[in-house]
Amino acid sequence: MANWIPLWVHKLSSPPNFYRFAGTLRPWALAIALILGAIALYGGLVLAPADYQQGDAYRIIFIHVPCAWMSLFVYGVMAVASFISLVWRIKLADVVAMESAPIGAAFTFITLVTGSLWGKPMWGTWWTWDARLTSELVLLFLYLGVIGLYHSFEDRRQGARAAAFLAIIGIINVPIVHFSVNWWNTLHQGSTVRILGPSRISSAMLWPLLTMMAATKFYYIASLFGRVRTDLLAMESGKDWVRQIAETEGRR
Amino acid sequence: MSSFFAMGGYAMYVWPAYAVFFFVLVADYINPWVRRRRHLRELRARLARQAARQQRNPSAP
Repeated sequence: MANWIPLWVHKLSSPPNFYRFAGTLRPWALAIALILGAIALYGGLVLAPADYQQGDAYRIIFIHVPCAWMSLFVYGVMAVASFISLVWRIKLADVVAMESAPIGAAFTFITLVTGSLWGKPMWGTWWTWDARLTSELVLLFLYLGVIGLYHSFEDRRQGARAAAFLAIIGIINVPIVHFSVNWWNTLHQGSTVRILGPSRISSAMLWPLLTMMAATKFYYIASLFGRVRTDLLAMESGKDWVRQIAETEGRR
Repeated sequence: MSSFFAMGGYAMYVWPAYAVFFFVLVADYINPWVRRRRHLRELRARLARQAARQQRNPSAP
């Protein structure tokens, strides 16, 4: 381990410590996600006015866009964790990478399905081979490829290494998804919410969208921590700390 | 209230979208919980077998 990494990071990345740490934080992350999600749904479905062109159909935006952002964000986390696990061989990093993949795939799937349900009334088609839609579909296949590669090896570590390589190579698709609406002439609209410059959306519609974005971030933390905990138990099943957990839970 | 559920005539697109969002995330959340219970059950069975073997043959490791 490189000596510039602070000691607490080293301690936290030991499986029993991280198991406890994640167990403490997870209920809070889930609670915050549910509260923010409920506020965002109320703001988006009830308080926000109907769109002057799209009527109430635009309300799909409040889940479609946050899930699309998450599909890219989770990929970024997965690629960075994969890189860390390949370079420094930190066990926790490859668990984080491999358990991020199903969550990212779930968000990508939701993005595609809700986009399709939005596209039918607005564009008149469920699907079109447009740059944005196609690159998002490629993103789903990358996630599925990472999951499949990980499970196709007898040895877990070997599978995680191969899948980490795929995750790192696949990061090239993330900017393609993001900039596809600028680079190509697409049916999909351009970005409405911008980090630089004013967003092209009314504030009554913007705040539920941003609240839902925060809710999905906290959901990701909760889901990831649950998955990582489960994986750590499975990987370390020969160790004493896992044995103790199995015995305490068995007595209940 | 019924106008809320009608979604201005787009109910058949808006509500399925929200249903997919909800059910996919619930399934994602439940999955590790089910796996965790299975792992711990298998581990307890293995520990019980080991303990039984130890009783029958105390000299073995």
